[in-house]
Amino acid sequence: MSPELKGFFLVNTFRIGLVFTLVMVGVIMVIWVERRGSAFLQDRLGPNRVGPLGLLQNVADGVKNIMKEETWPTQADRGLFLLAPALAFCTGLMLFAVIPFAAPLPPFDFTLPILGQFVHAGPIPMVVADLPIGFLFILAISSLGVYGIVLAGWSSGSKYALLGGLRATAQMISYEIALGLSLVVVLLLAGNVPLSDIIAKQQQTTWFVFAATLAFILFVISAFAETNRLPFDLPEAEAELVTGYHTEYSAMKFSMFFIAEYAALITMSALMATFFFGGWDIPFTAWDEQVRTSWSLGALLQFGLTHLAFFLKMSFFIWVYVWVRWTLPRFRFDQLMALGWKVMLPVALTYVLIMASAVLALDRLGVPADWRWGMALFAVNIPVLFAVFWMLDRDRLITTQRRTRGGEAIG
Amino acid sequence: MAIGVKVVRRPDEGVSYLRATLKGMALTLSHLLRPKVTMQYPEQKSTADWSISPRWRGTHRMLTDEQGRAKCVACGLCPQICPANCIKLVPGEDEQGHRYPLIYEIDEFRCVFCGYCQEVCPEEAIHVGVHYENSEYERSRFVYDLERLCAQTHPVSTLWDPTDPKGE
Repeated sequence: MSPELKGFFLVNTFRIGLVFTLVMVGVIMVIWVERRGSAFLQDRLGPNRVGPLGLLQNVADGVKNIMKEETWPTQADRGLFLLAPALAFCTGLMLFAVIPFAAPLPPFDFTLPILGQFVHAGPIPMVVADLPIGFLFILAISSLGVYGIVLAGWSSGSKYALLGGLRATAQMISYEIALGLSLVVVLLLAGNVPLSDIIAKQQQTTWFVFAATLAFILFVISAFAETNRLPFDLPEAEAELVTGYHTEYSAMKFSMFFIAEYAALITMSALMATFFFGGWDIPFTAWDEQVRTSWSLGALLQFGLTHLAFFLKMSFFIWVYVWVRWTLPRFRFDQLMALGWKVMLPVALTYVLIMASAVLALDRLGVPADWRWGMALFAVNIPVLFAVFWMLDRDRLITTQRRTRGGEAIG
Repeated sequence: MAIGVKVVRRPDEGVSYLRATLKGMALTLSHLLRPKVTMQYPEQKSTADWSISPRWRGTHRMLTDEQGRAKCVACGLCPQICPANCIKLVPGEDEQGHRYPLIYEIDEFRCVFCGYCQEVCPEEAIHVGVHYENSEYERSRFVYDLERLCAQTHPVSTLWDPTDPKGE
């Protein structure tokens, strides 16, 4: 084996191992955050018995689910029934492959006693696969995730599961468009599709949450719909559909859906951090952006701190997910469709038009691509935001009829 | 109102879904750091603002006299009044003509914890107790015999006093 090939294997084993561990441990932690967080939002304590602060509760639940009997519904289509959780699980994890999670590490060239020489030329990007089509990969795979849900609903042979699966399809189609259009704006700003280029552009100018605030809001809402989280969890809808698409699942197959849901949550949070909050960028300093050519304490520190920055940004959005889930009630299905098609889609289309014009205008005016460019776009965003909020706020009252007061009808 | 019903005033104009959503988010977040109401049960059985009522009617207890004998005189009123028919009483009589229970058993599974046995008892012998931790490994253990009823140490219920209906 050539030294380059060995270096390649070393680097990729490290990166895949790191990302996989990060996501899987992350899932356990996020479920813990969800359970304790929901409890705290409701003035309770939540699970706090298993392990310190209840941290091992989900490990115990996982063990329980592995030990449980696998049930097979008699009406189920066995092949698809087995395939569905695997599909949901894989797509949940795959998205993370293109997300850069730290600053690149310097190249290496060293020799070990028995294993021989290891070489990696050029900086090592901290992303499992720095795909040139990074961005399109995300759109493609994130919509594949719904197949797991639809197939689960179809193959269960249960009407509740089928209805859950159908709802997932309709919801995914409606919100995928808004998600895609909000990312078109990011694409306009970044000018290229790989996620590393999007991060580089944000380091060079401003975080896109300023340059494309409305796109961020649209992305967050669509991401909630995409991951089937409240207030968009109609495929599950306990009150109406038992538990929707995974009604017939038990034991580890159910756990797979559960893990997939939380893996998707982590990935979507990571995407929000990457697209709109500069990924692993540490704000107000260029220290984290220097490209190192040799190993030093500084290089490791740069890796660690940028990773921490990424982690903190991601954690914030995970918390927002939990916070929203335990605040907002579920939409009715027609409300969901109305929001998707009558609000999100026109707003997103108009916004793409406005931002495209703005970017073109800045380009023609010769504004240099640095913080001034970003702030100019932010100035465009402020009136747009006000317009959207005014539009959503007007004439949409919770009650339009006057109620009776003190037993007498008024108005 | 009798038990302090809180009437929430519903907004009837000028509130949009958007503002209601943001307001709701702020409200739930404000609950994050409020004091928690959870009682850590096995370790903590009462708190400053909650403890079990002295009127609680739980598993029974037979009081004893100074010689450690059950106060029961086997009059038969408690099995008579018991609506669940859960008390088994076989009376006996000693040489001095004192009646005492030969067998006194209460099936706690059948019992509906109405407390009539305590109310009807002329000797203040049988009582329902302020007690709620009753788990056993076998069903048969839920039939309490006289020895076990006498051995209970938990406080007895004060029941409901008609002259003091709120327990003040």
